[in-house]
Amino acid sequence: MLDAQKITFGFRSQAPLLTQLSLSLERGEWLGLSGDSGAGKSTLGKLLAGLLRPQQGGIYADDKPFPSRGLRPVQWLPQSPELAINPRWRVKKVLCEAWCPSESLMQDFGIQPDWLSRFPSTLSGGELQRVCVLRALAPGVRYLIADEISTMLDPITQVELWQAIKKVADRHQLGVLVISHDAALLARLCTRRLHLQGTLNAVHDARSAINQC
Amino acid sequence: MRMIQPRLAAAGYIGLLLIVLVLLISSPWWAGHSAAQMQFDARLMPPSTSHWLGTDALGRELWSRTLAGLRLSFWVGLSAALLGTLIALTLATLATLSTTLDALVSLLIDTLLSVPHLILLLLLAFALGGGTQAVIIAVALTHWPSLARILRAELFSLRHAPYVAISQALGKSRRFILVHHLLPHLIPQCIVGALLLFPHAILHEAALTFLGVGLDPTQPAIGVLLADAMRYLTGGFWWLGVFPGLGLLLMVLSIDRLAVQLRRAL
Repeated sequence: MLDAQKITFGFRSQAPLLTQLSLSLERGEWLGLSGDSGAGKSTLGKLLAGLLRPQQGGIYADDKPFPSRGLRPVQWLPQSPELAINPRWRVKKVLCEAWCPSESLMQDFGIQPDWLSRFPSTLSGGELQRVCVLRALAPGVRYLIADEISTMLDPITQVELWQAIKKVADRHQLGVLVISHDAALLARLCTRRLHLQGTLNAVHDARSAINQC
Repeated sequence: MRMIQPRLAAAGYIGLLLIVLVLLISSPWWAGHSAAQMQFDARLMPPSTSHWLGTDALGRELWSRTLAGLRLSFWVGLSAALLGTLIALTLATLATLSTTLDALVSLLIDTLLSVPHLILLLLLAFALGGGTQAVIIAVALTHWPSLARILRAELFSLRHAPYVAISQALGKSRRFILVHHLLPHLIPQCIVGALLLFPHAILHEAALTFLGVGLDPTQPAIGVLLADAMRYLTGGFWWLGVFPGLGLLLMVLSIDRLAVQLRRAL
């Protein structure tokens, strides 16, 4: 279980964005997270993936804190794949940064063999997103934080991408946190949905309230 | 089209510089006279068909001496530029390791930038005892801060790139991230920085030599030639100063233009 216990986080010189927030994600579970712009969804995603550190509280993956070295059990998938890939690396190097996926897995994700020798700037956002997702599915990863990863994709590509992720997630019992504004997408994918209320400018009390939808 | 023009211009300057370099390196074989060969029957001769750029007070061919001086200046400039760039890159990298190291490096950069570098250069060259090595070390030690500041800022912005955070999450070591993600992005800045430092170093070498704390007076360095020329300038022996000065100017300008074009192209 990925477990956030009473975490508090705020950016420098600003009031805390998230206060005393607790959240858990079981293995094999699909959890949806929606919320207003500025409510702290992406920040929460980064905290859960270990990219940010909470000022108070702790985050544990299967009852253990994140390892300081080596592959993290939680991987973060950002909204903009262009920023998540080193523009100077060819796609094969990007894909094989932590592990090299098999050809059949690449086929599942619709990754064409000729992409491998190309630079990221020659691929579209949707194509790059597939590369990013597959790169994150290294053996040993148990949880995925998908931060609005399909917002920029056309409906058909969205379906293909989510189907490919679901196939791998079901096989390896991955816990997936889907952050999105798309209520229909969350309703279709997730077994449990949460709504993060409040915005950066809203009243403090509402900020960290998580309501079960 | 905008991108092609600076690249074409940079390629042109690189070609020109390579031709100059080949000419300089091969000059001892085709220049005719050696830079130190004295002809007492041809002292202080003006430029003519037999003495292309004239001769100096000891009858040495100014053509050979200017080429030898430029050759020497080129190597001194290149060594100082490379050493300065290496120092800048090393310190900028160190600054990213911890906040304490960053504070130290920033303090060092600010301190060195606040002191007029020519004074520091003179003191260092003097303290190191003069000579080629002293000039190279003194120029490198006084000219790394501006580049280090740029490289440090670049490294700090790159360090927060999402792909760096993802690489860490994928289990990659700090060393891997530095070597594979961060440093390759600094190559253009290092090339341009070194090339901008190059002509600057050549000018400083000439200045230090001219002021007497640079290269050995027996070496045919441009600074030595110019210092010698000063003594004969009032006698009307204009070629002693004009040709070595012109050679230095052309070399410095061509490297500087190459750096400017490369900065636009990269």
